[in-house]
Amino acid sequence: MQVNEYKPKIVAFCCNWCSYAGADLAGSNRLSYPAEVKVIRVPCSCRVNPMFILRAFQRGADGVILCGCHPGDCHYTSGNYYTRRRMALLFSMLDYLGIEKERTRVEWVSAAEGAKFAATMNDFVQTVTALGENKRLEDLRCKK
Amino acid sequence: MQRIGVFVCWCGSNIAGTVDVVKVAEALKNEPGVVHSANYQYMCSQAGQELIKQAIKEHNLTGIVVCSCSPRMHEQTFRKTAAAAGLNPYMVEIANIREQCSWIHKDMAEGTEKAIVLGRTAIAKVNLNAPLTPGESPVTKRALVIGGGIAGIQTALDIADAGFEVDIVEKKPTIGGKMAQIDKTFPTLDCAACILTPKMVDVAQHEKIKIYSYSEVVDVKGFVGNFDVTIKRKARYVKEDVCTGCGLCTEKCPMKKVPNDFNLGMDNKRAIYIPFAQAVPKVATIDADYCNMLKNGKCGVCAKVCTANAIDYTQKDEFVEEKYGAIVAATGFNPISMDKFDEYAYSQSKDVITSLEFERLMNAAGPTAGKLLRPSDGKHPHTLVFVQCVGSRCASCAEKGKEYCSKICCMYTAKHAMLTRDKYPDTDVYVFYIDVRTPGKQFDEFYRRAVEEYGVHYIKGMVGKVSPEGEKLIVQGSDLIANKQLKIEADLVVLAAAIEPDKSARPLATMLTASMDTNDFFTEAHPKLRPVESPTAGVFLSGACQGPKDFPETVSQAGAAASKVIGLLSKDKLTGNPCVAHSDEMMCNGCSSCEKVCPYGAITYADKEFRGPNRTTLIRRVAQVNEAICQGCGCCTVACPSGAMDLKGFASKQIMAEVDAICK
Repeated sequence: MQVNEYKPKIVAFCCNWCSYAGADLAGSNRLSYPAEVKVIRVPCSCRVNPMFILRAFQRGADGVILCGCHPGDCHYTSGNYYTRRRMALLFSMLDYLGIEKERTRVEWVSAAEGAKFAATMNDFVQTVTALGENKRLEDLRCKK
Repeated sequence: MQRIGVFVCWCGSNIAGTVDVVKVAEALKNEPGVVHSANYQYMCSQAGQELIKQAIKEHNLTGIVVCSCSPRMHEQTFRKTAAAAGLNPYMVEIANIREQCSWIHKDMAEGTEKAIVLGRTAIAKVNLNAPLTPGESPVTKRALVIGGGIAGIQTALDIADAGFEVDIVEKKPTIGGKMAQIDKTFPTLDCAACILTPKMVDVAQHEKIKIYSYSEVVDVKGFVGNFDVTIKRKARYVKEDVCTGCGLCTEKCPMKKVPNDFNLGMDNKRAIYIPFAQAVPKVATIDADYCNMLKNGKCGVCAKVCTANAIDYTQKDEFVEEKYGAIVAATGFNPISMDKFDEYAYSQSKDVITSLEFERLMNAAGPTAGKLLRPSDGKHPHTLVFVQCVGSRCASCAEKGKEYCSKICCMYTAKHAMLTRDKYPDTDVYVFYIDVRTPGKQFDEFYRRAVEEYGVHYIKGMVGKVSPEGEKLIVQGSDLIANKQLKIEADLVVLAAAIEPDKSARPLATMLTASMDTNDFFTEAHPKLRPVESPTAGVFLSGACQGPKDFPETVSQAGAAASKVIGLLSKDKLTGNPCVAHSDEMMCNGCSSCEKVCPYGAITYADKEFRGPNRTTLIRRVAQVNEAICQGCGCCTVACPSGAMDLKGFASKQIMAEVDAICK
C-alpha cells in the first residue's frame, strides 16, 4: 500500500494575548497537533496584513490560519473585528483566484482554550492535506 | 549585516527529549548572519545567561536568537541578559521550541526538523530587528476615582492614606452609593450605615481627598500617567462651600410631592433636599425639575429661610479640567428594570417590590421608619413570598434578563427572610429558588439558620405568575421536589431583581477606551492574574462595575485597585512599550485611514513642510503617532493604503521574512 507522504506547509498567525497563549497551553498540556503548523506571533490578529497571507501562498504555503481573541475579548478592544471583516474580503477574493476557501481560516482561540487550539490545528491540517498541494499562487521564481 | 548568536536550550529533557539540540545548533550555524551557535542545558539559569553575555562580548553580537520555551515565559529574562551585556534588549528573539515543538511532538526527527525551521524563522526576523528605546513619560501624582459608593470610597481612602491626592467624582449629590440604602449586611447582620458612614466622614475629612459630588466625567484625554479629564459639576443651585446643611430649607420648601429616589420613589421629598441625614457633603440640592422658582420664577422660600445665604438660583453647570496619573472606575450596579417581567405584576401592584425596595422598607431611616408595612395600604403583611433569580441566569430569555448569576441575591434574600421572621414571628415567609448558592465564609451556615432556626419555607421551583386579587396577591408556582403546583395567597411579593452595571459605565468605558464584556461589565487585563486592572494602561477597576460582588469582595477589590494605583503613582517616570506604530512622513498622504481604526486615539495629524520641486516648499498633512498612547496593536498598519505606517518590533518586512522562512 502506498503511504501518503505529502506534508502540507501551514502558516498560523496567532495574536500574542489569546491564541499564542492558547497554543502555549496546548503545549503545556501535551496536546499534540501536526508539526506542519508553524506559528508566527503577532501583537493582535489585526496586525496581519492581507499581504502576509498572499506572500505565504506565493512562497508555497498550502494553508494559512489566523487566530485571535474571541469577538469582544480583544486585548486592543476592537482589533479582531477588523480582522474578521478584512479576512472575509480577502478569503473570498482568494477563493475567486482559485485558492479554495478551506485553505484559509480565521479562528477565535482564547488563552484558556489549549484544547481548542490543538483540535483546530488537527482539523485544519487534515482539511488542507486532503486538498493537496497548492500551486495556484505559488511563484516559481521564489524557488530559486 | 547583523552578527547573530544562536543559543539552543535543552530545558533539561523538556526540549532535548524530542529535539536533537546539538543538531539544531549545528544546522542554524549556516543561516545568514549567524556567527555563533551554542547549546546548553538550561539557558535561563545563571550559568546559561553568563554564556550568552560572554558570547555577546566575545563575538561582538548585534542580535541573538534563543531557541527555548515560550517568549511569554522568558523573553523578559533574555532581554535583561542582553541589556546586561550591552546589547539592545529588543535585538533578542525567541524561537519557541518547547511549548510549540518539543512538548507536542513525539518523533525526534520531526521535532528536530520543526525546531530548525522555528530557529530559522527567528533568525530571519532578528536580521531585520532594529534597536528600540522605550519612551519615558512623567506621572501626574494624583488619582481619579469615578463613583463614590463603597468601592470608590475604599479605593480613595487607601490611595490617600499612602500620601497621594485623590478626587472622587460622584453623580449623585452625596457619596455612599448603594450601601447607604441598605439596612443590614449578610452574613453578620451588621448595620450597613454604621460601618459605611464613618468611612464617608473619613473621606470628607481627609486632606488628600476632594469630592466632586453631583458631578460627572464628560471627557477623558491622554494616557497612563497623564490623563486630562473634564468634570461637569452640575448646578445644584446651592453654594456648596456656604451651605451648612442645617436642613431648614428642606422643611420649608412648599413643593412636597417630589418622588424620593433615595427611597426608590416609595415616599416624597421636597424640591430642595438632602438625600439622607448622614450625606457627605451635607449640602442641600435643588431638583430643577420640580422647583417652582427655577421653573416659573415664583417662590424663593428657601432663599428667604436660608440664614447662610447659600441659595443661588442663577448657578450654571461648571466644567472643571483636571490632570490625573491614574483613573479608577467604580461605577457600581443597579437592579434591572422590572418592566419586562410583568408576569410578577410589578407594574400592577404596589405590593410587588424589588429587594432593594424591601431593604428601604426595613430600614429605620426608610419611608416606613423601619416598620414592615405594605406600600399599598400601610397594613402589616402576614404572608411574604420572595422570588429568586428574577432576570438572573436567564439564558433562554436573554432579551428580558441576564445570562449571568447576580451572585448576591441568594444571600440577601436569606437575610431578608431571616430578619422578617425575627422581627415579626407572626409572618409566613416563602422563598422560591432555582438553586441556593452560598459559597463564602459563613454563608451556608447563614442560609441554614434561615431555614432551620427561623423556619423560612424554601421551595425549589419558579414562580409562573403573580396576580393581584383584592387585597391579596395570588402567587402561582411549582414545587419541583414535591412535584406539585402551588398557589399562595401573599400580602407582599419581593423580587430578587438581577443586577446590572450602572448605565453610566458604557459611555465611560468609551471615554477611557477600556473594554467591556457583552453585559457591560468592565473587562480585566487578565481574569486570573490582573483582576483589578483594565487592559488599558492606567485604568483600574473597583467593585461591581467589574462583575457582581458583595461588600467584602468589593472592599478587597477596592484595596487591590488602590495598591495598583499607588504602585503606578510612586513611579517618577513611566517606561512605555517601544513596539509602537510609526508613520513614515515621506510616504503618508494624510488620508486619516489609520486614525479611524485606532482604538486609542493615538494618531494625530500635523502640517509638515516638505521640499517641493523648483525650491518650493510644500505643506502636507501627515499622521503622527503619540508613542505614549499607542499600545502597539498594529491595526493602523493594515489600514494604511500607502504603506507609510509600520509597527516597530513587528514590522511588515520582519513578518514577511518569517513567512518566507517558514515556507522555504
